[in-house]
Amino acid sequence: MYDFAYHKPASVADAVKILAADPDARPISGGMTLLPALKLRLNKPTSVVDLSGIAELHGVKREGDKLVIGALTRHGDVASSAEVKAAIPTLAAMAGTIGDTQVRNRGTMGGSVANNDPSADYPAALLALGATIQTDKRKLAAEDFFTGMFTTALEVGELVTAIHIPIPTKAGYAKMRNPASRYSMAGVFVAQTASGVRVAVNGAGANGVFREKAMEAALSANWSPDAVAGVKVDPGLLNGDIHGSAEYRAHLVTVMAKRAVIDAG
Amino acid sequence: MNVVTPFEGIGASLRRKEDFRFLMGRGQYVDDINRPGQTHAVMLRSPHAHATIDRIDTVAAKAMPGVKAIFVGEDMAAEQIGGIPCGWQIHNKDGSPMAEPMHPALALGKVRHVGDPVAVVIAETKSQARDAAEAIVVDYTPLPAVSGTEAALQPGAPQVHDGAPGNLCYDWHIGDKAAQEAAFARAARVVKFETTNNRLVPNAMEPRAAIGDFDSFSGDYTLYTTSQNPHVIRLLMGAFVLHIPESKLRVVAPDVGGGFGSKIYHYAEEAIVTWAAGKVKRPIKWTCERSESFMSDAHGRDHVSTAELALDAEGKILGLKVHTLANMGAYLSTFAPCVPTYLYATLLSGVYATPVIYAEVKAVFTNTVPVDAYRGAGRPEATYLLERLMDVAAAEAGLDKVDFRRRNFILPDQFPYQTPVALQYDSGDYHSTLEACLETAGWAGFEARRAESKTRGRLRGIGISTYVEACGIAPSAVVGSLGARAGLYEVGTIRVHPTGSVTVLTGAHSHGQGHETTFAQLIADKLGVPTANVDIVHGDTAKVPFGMGTYGSRSLAVGGSAMDKAMDKIIAKGKRIAAHLMEASVEDVEFERGTFRVAGTDKTKTLTDISLAAYVPHNYPIDEIEPGLEETAFYDPKNFTYPGGCHICEVEIDPETGRTEVLNFTAVDDVGRVINPMIVEGQVQGGVAQGIGQALLEAAIYDASGQLVSGSFMDYTMPRAGDLPDVGVATHVTLCTHNPLGVKGCGEVGAIGSPPAVMNAVVDALRDYGVRHVEMPATPQKIWGIVNAHRLAAE
Repeated sequence: MYDFAYHKPASVADAVKILAADPDARPISGGMTLLPALKLRLNKPTSVVDLSGIAELHGVKREGDKLVIGALTRHGDVASSAEVKAAIPTLAAMAGTIGDTQVRNRGTMGGSVANNDPSADYPAALLALGATIQTDKRKLAAEDFFTGMFTTALEVGELVTAIHIPIPTKAGYAKMRNPASRYSMAGVFVAQTASGVRVAVNGAGANGVFREKAMEAALSANWSPDAVAGVKVDPGLLNGDIHGSAEYRAHLVTVMAKRAVIDAG
Repeated sequence: MNVVTPFEGIGASLRRKEDFRFLMGRGQYVDDINRPGQTHAVMLRSPHAHATIDRIDTVAAKAMPGVKAIFVGEDMAAEQIGGIPCGWQIHNKDGSPMAEPMHPALALGKVRHVGDPVAVVIAETKSQARDAAEAIVVDYTPLPAVSGTEAALQPGAPQVHDGAPGNLCYDWHIGDKAAQEAAFARAARVVKFETTNNRLVPNAMEPRAAIGDFDSFSGDYTLYTTSQNPHVIRLLMGAFVLHIPESKLRVVAPDVGGGFGSKIYHYAEEAIVTWAAGKVKRPIKWTCERSESFMSDAHGRDHVSTAELALDAEGKILGLKVHTLANMGAYLSTFAPCVPTYLYATLLSGVYATPVIYAEVKAVFTNTVPVDAYRGAGRPEATYLLERLMDVAAAEAGLDKVDFRRRNFILPDQFPYQTPVALQYDSGDYHSTLEACLETAGWAGFEARRAESKTRGRLRGIGISTYVEACGIAPSAVVGSLGARAGLYEVGTIRVHPTGSVTVLTGAHSHGQGHETTFAQLIADKLGVPTANVDIVHGDTAKVPFGMGTYGSRSLAVGGSAMDKAMDKIIAKGKRIAAHLMEASVEDVEFERGTFRVAGTDKTKTLTDISLAAYVPHNYPIDEIEPGLEETAFYDPKNFTYPGGCHICEVEIDPETGRTEVLNFTAVDDVGRVINPMIVEGQVQGGVAQGIGQALLEAAIYDASGQLVSGSFMDYTMPRAGDLPDVGVATHVTLCTHNPLGVKGCGEVGAIGSPPAVMNAVVDALRDYGVRHVEMPATPQKIWGIVNAHRLAAE
């Protein structure tokens, strides 16, 4: 990696101050994306702002009918959280499938959300659950936050601080992994929420995570695997690579949607 | 006194002596070694598959902090540094030698694959070297590239080397073409089958590394390197590349973390750091990064083949015809030319009494990383081709695939069996390994399991492969006549110390095989020395007299046999000393496991009594026998060894996703005499893991422009624990008839026997879909494509 300055602020305010002063500074949370990029010299920040010392960003709380998850909560902590398991068991289960043990002990929900990797797990969950992403400046609905592949509504220097997730009536998730990277190649998160049935797809979209409205309509009418089995996704909207063509991914989205409904029960 | 100690000799599943230091992180790998004053090297590599180098500007880079030197190809050429040599020369059908273009260590004027080294930067730190490498300006003019094996031979294909017209390295054949044509003319049925054997990236856990060191006072060079055969590296690099005499060049291969063939070869980086160490007068360390490994370690496999099998009306094989194209990559790696010829086509008889075989092999150059031996080397390619063909032929002839194999087996009373493709198998019992494997795998109950899977919407398949391979390489005179530029004997020294402990010096090299244990068991078994008192020394040309290294499952069959011969010499000398001490005639002295005895008496001397006498020769026949107790033997094998057996695989396919799960894998192998059953089990399991990897997961994919698309673990699917079943391993032994230990070798059988068993199971699972063949790797996308096409056709 190239040389960079290292900061470890103890508060969000201090972190934001450093980031605001230097547009080429980069925040680091678990580092599961940034560190490999630094090692491969794909990224050359002037300084790295380590958020791990900010106590207020850690932890899971239940506040009424929603979960509030601190941005620095690690995947392993989400997977093993009693609150998450009780409120949204499929979210805990999802967290337990991210990467491997080492990744789950480092990677954080805030980091994953801010990175918006199209094949990451959480964005589909947050979109389907109607979550709100809280930053140091504002609150954004998931559909306003995730704006495209590796892009979000975050401004330069703006930090995700917490994720507010309304507790659904039911939720389920299924994904087909890329055989090499083990990231999602087509993952579908389904949820019955206060604002209706929501279905979100990761891994497959040419523009990142997206809601699958035809499936939402089908499941609103009839919450059953059969209801989505006939809903085809347009391959024209999807990604293709050596592991999965757009046509294969389109097929997988339908299959995973069925399995997600089964998972939701 | 009756002392009961655990038996440590041949047949004991002794825990591996080396594992304590490995598991505690105390192994000493090349990258763990740091020489005083060490500098660091970074290779600047070509981003182009094919380009001319118009200009290299290193001025700014040389001025950067910490930079000691930057060298390019012309710097080496100016000192008459030789090209990286090839160790095997194949001859064309017409008797002319293969095309053997120069392989400069650093590119000269042209780059021929992505990753071809263009310059080396030597700096105080690796980071500084990298910074400077980024500051080197190279002007390339990209040229059209060719990466595909078949594409290389197309008219008008880009030319990789001026000296290899049409990209042809050689056009070789073996067997009797006229006899093959005659056999086909009277066949009741000819079954034709075409397949590609997918290109693989070996990916040993430890990336390659090398440290060059030069002592300017003595003029001695030392190379520390991740090698399977340090003496071979000394020979190739010293004699052909750097022109350093053996006496001035030491090569050390310390603990090495896996090789699978990829660390046999002499690589450019070894020559570069050794030569450059002499220039900068500082030690130079180079450690490969993983992404760099993908574009610089020799790859494996990459064949495109057509096979035709002629059968009579009863399903007996009349003849086999094979045409294969093999990809050599951009340059000839050390053993590359022999892999698709003498390690491949000679295996095409398999375990079957095939009367006539004719095979022709064309090897081609492409703008890709060089291809060479990878676990099994040629034999997995032959076995895959033949065992898939057997299934296809059985299906088309309406024969049961197991009966079809049985009916064509070479029978136990036919050994030694001369195949029509040069090899003479010494021993084997293919019926026994088959029947044992069928029984263990529950072959008879499969249809019930398939029906159960169907109730869950899954497609279950079962596949079998019966195979033989040729390893324990190799008789020097034979391989010499076939084009090898080296002998393939092995060397063992047994040093019995004054108080009876033993140091063994072996030319074999352990990089995961457990030699420190297995070899110690040989000593324990024959000399009666506890394994705790036996040390195995390997991997250092300054310590071990000579050696040809470890590959081709040769360590035990050849290296172990050398030790056995050296022990015979120790015993013979010991008997003479014992005869003197016990005042008996040497003919009357017997030896068994550490004790010399005058036959028919209770007069005995221990091995320690003898070693003490040999080193403290007070009462000693000094006029007749030299003091000391150390013997060296060179063992040149009389033949290859022929392990074989049967592998059965059971898979389940999810037709909705196309994902294949391996449910069960059973291997019953004849590896000859088993020294340590636990280590054999581990070796077979490791080989099967790589075979399942080839069958279902792994593929080195180049695009048409010569970029390696699967150039990292993000896209190259390495097998993981969760991809693998618990592999059941059993052995059924027939002894090798021509080496003193009766051993055959077990390092490669897993990788050789397993891919066709897996693919036969995949095709069987898809039997309702009218599938004749599925190419490796059977990825989910590929299987879904088959299922989907079938569904569309039905609609």
